[in-house]
Amino acid sequence: MPLTLPTGTLPTGTLPTETLLSRAPRSLPSNLEEQRQRILGIAKRHGLDTFETVFEMCDYDEINMIAAYGGFPVRYPHWRWGMEFLQMAKGYEYGLQKIYELVINTSPSYAYLLDNNAFVDQKLVMAHVYGHVDFFKNNCWFQHTNRKMLDQMANHARRVRMIADRVGEGPTEAWLDLCLSVENLIDPHLTPPDGQGRTGSSPDADSAAHRGFRLPARQHMESYINPPDVLQRQHDQAEAEATKARGQFPSAPDRDVLGFLLKHGKMRGWQAEILEIIRDEAYYFAPQGQTKIMNEGWASYWHTKLMTEEILDDSEVVDYADHHSGTVVMRPGQINPYKIGIELFRDIERRWDRGQFGKEWFDCDDTSVRRDWDRPPAQEGLWKPGKTKIFEVRKTHNDVTFLDSFLTEDFCKRAGLFTYEYDKKSGEYLVDSREFADVKEKLLFMVGGRGAPRVHVTDGNHANRGELELTHEHEGVDIQLDWAQQTLGNLATLWGRPVHLRTRVDGKPTVLHHDGQQGSKG
Amino acid sequence: MTLNIDQDVQRFRNIVKGRVRKDLKKFMSDGEMIGKQGDKYVKIPLPSINIPRLRYGKNESGGVGQGEGEGGEEMPGEGQKAGNQPGEHEVEAEVSLEELAQILGEELQLPRIEPRGKKQIAAAHDRYTGIARIGPNALRHTRRTFQASLQRQIAGGTWDPSRPMLVPTKEDMRFRSWKSKQEPQSSAAILYVMDVSGSMGKEQKEIVRLEAFWIDTWLKANYKHLEARYLIHDAAAREVDRDTFFRVKESGGTLISSAYALVERLISEHYPPEEWNLYVFQFSDGDNWSSSDTKTCMDMLRTRILPKVNLFAYGQVESEYGSGQFFQDIAKEFNGDERVAISRIPDRGAIMGSIRDFLGKGR
Repeated sequence: MPLTLPTGTLPTGTLPTETLLSRAPRSLPSNLEEQRQRILGIAKRHGLDTFETVFEMCDYDEINMIAAYGGFPVRYPHWRWGMEFLQMAKGYEYGLQKIYELVINTSPSYAYLLDNNAFVDQKLVMAHVYGHVDFFKNNCWFQHTNRKMLDQMANHARRVRMIADRVGEGPTEAWLDLCLSVENLIDPHLTPPDGQGRTGSSPDADSAAHRGFRLPARQHMESYINPPDVLQRQHDQAEAEATKARGQFPSAPDRDVLGFLLKHGKMRGWQAEILEIIRDEAYYFAPQGQTKIMNEGWASYWHTKLMTEEILDDSEVVDYADHHSGTVVMRPGQINPYKIGIELFRDIERRWDRGQFGKEWFDCDDTSVRRDWDRPPAQEGLWKPGKTKIFEVRKTHNDVTFLDSFLTEDFCKRAGLFTYEYDKKSGEYLVDSREFADVKEKLLFMVGGRGAPRVHVTDGNHANRGELELTHEHEGVDIQLDWAQQTLGNLATLWGRPVHLRTRVDGKPTVLHHDGQQGSKG
Repeated sequence: MTLNIDQDVQRFRNIVKGRVRKDLKKFMSDGEMIGKQGDKYVKIPLPSINIPRLRYGKNESGGVGQGEGEGGEEMPGEGQKAGNQPGEHEVEAEVSLEELAQILGEELQLPRIEPRGKKQIAAAHDRYTGIARIGPNALRHTRRTFQASLQRQIAGGTWDPSRPMLVPTKEDMRFRSWKSKQEPQSSAAILYVMDVSGSMGKEQKEIVRLEAFWIDTWLKANYKHLEARYLIHDAAAREVDRDTFFRVKESGGTLISSAYALVERLISEHYPPEEWNLYVFQFSDGDNWSSSDTKTCMDMLRTRILPKVNLFAYGQVESEYGSGQFFQDIAKEFNGDERVAISRIPDRGAIMGSIRDFLGKGR
């Protein structure tokens, strides 16, 4: 049974702590609470630094629901959650998949335990959760995370419901579908996202430009000395001149497509409000996507260490080993982030303990010397124990830099990694290469984009007709055309004017167009 | 217990039903959903329900894996087909067969089947529709009890609206009670007959499989109990199980009369027409060995099969080898006979039309 261990990927929030679920909270029974305190103590002794973590017991319907909601007990109404819930419920029913644990990146953190899990599993999960929470708290990519996201998600849900009451469920759902279609078009390096789109800022806020023209006046004279229409005219003029001076708009390619739509799109208030909600949530989840391998690797590293060194009872070892191996199993032909992550952390720890880093080590070609290498590096000051090193790594890296810095040729060979390609003739996936450079490049590509093409807004006034031009930064792989056309159609509806996407197809520069009714290619 | 997510689940189910309705024709000519048939549900692949995004082509990007194998070799791991990519899952929705039949009926405007009168077996069902003055407390009807109590007090003049208090006495007590109802319980049997001679190809059989699925679905929704038997024939006929039926490949000539003889024998041995609603669906590419055998067939149909069945349906899946002569023969012979439905199914796109031909008679 492939056990899905925690999709530990969810941060933030505090409802009044007691009411995460729509029923009375079920806190840990006393035997588990005892274990929790013990595990927390052990984790702290090993140097883990966590937020306060609240564990709740769930039945499998509840945990499936929370997992379908991306870890939160309350989300805005949308059919997509229902779809995911059904899929997860099926997986559980057929014994294909079981969610062991969920943890939310908030402060305090919330974690859910499946109530019919075996005692040893609950201990494993708690140890694993503390690993995640330590990561959430200390990894620099989560530094800007809203740790009150639980409140905010609930707030979003309420706002969407209110909009649905006002404008109707049909239009609300249709608009949500459009927004979700582009939710991955954000700039994951934009931290913190400016968050406040136009609905967030008061109407006066953007009058910063107005202020430049405003003359000092007493309040009762304000409208005479600073007539609003004149101010507006001056503002528009200045804006137009600035745009002209910049020569283009936006002045530099903008990867935050959602933010651009929000700032410059022509939409109604409620529509902007929904788009902003989707954008906020996308930015909240983004760092979790960027640290998946590290986060799971870190949590697995710690549950293994804590369980095998201290927590396990002799009688539990076999069950533990069975369940643990289920989470880190590598199926032929696939890679498992838990496995890659945990092995890399162990590799780093081992290498640093034995001084296997630095120029001298890297330049060494003799495999047997490399294998038995155990001496501090030439430059004294560089050396630190493996354990110190991995704590440092968990603080400063994300998946891309993690793999880039620490994936070694030896590791790659040991793990049996290869790249594969789809063969159009046979319709099969074929092993392509076992060269370290190829594997690393492909892995970085997969992890870097998380499978999402990089797209920038390059012109917000294309052909001087208010049309939107996007450019896809082609990285050797074509985008899927039918989906791209549909997505462009959705974008055209969101933007209100035709949309163009510059990309490459089969090596040739290609522009996809969509005017909201119909797509074309040229 | 209700969960927050129930509403979202309900909404999703409705969307699915809408999609199935809209794309029914496509689903009917597409075998994918039938491969995933359970007892009560079918799984319908619905990629169109996904929210489109900018993403890399499914088969374009390749990836990194782990395991044995050298460059150029097939990837390790079983059946590496599209969809096995990390992070990739096909959207599949489950629709119950009942819902599917309902959609089918509405979209094709199929009339409900009227089971033939004398073939109904009456069965007694208990229904809790009545009220009694005595009964076990577990069946107490509280509302009726208090109504009776109120009536009694008003009639007796002891009712005081300013102090509305009701104390039911023993005479006020009301209980649910049942009535036995005779309900028709009709059973139906389908005999599928297929020509498996050399001229029937893989695609033809696939069409038959699709047809059979939709016929089963519709008839199941109309009868309490449905049995299906599967007969194949080339120059001789025999009964096989369902799996074999859709897979077997024989060669040799074609004697349709051999199949009719077997149909007749099965009916007389297992399915007395007084108790069963009988359906015979025959699929063939329309080639028969000789015109004299065809003549025998017509006789057998007219005198021995048609009188016993609700419907005899003949579907001609056209293959490049078949002459299709049998269609014309049967059309000429039984022109206008309500008990006979015939349809040509040149390709998958014609499945929907032929289902309408077959089941549109309401028999």
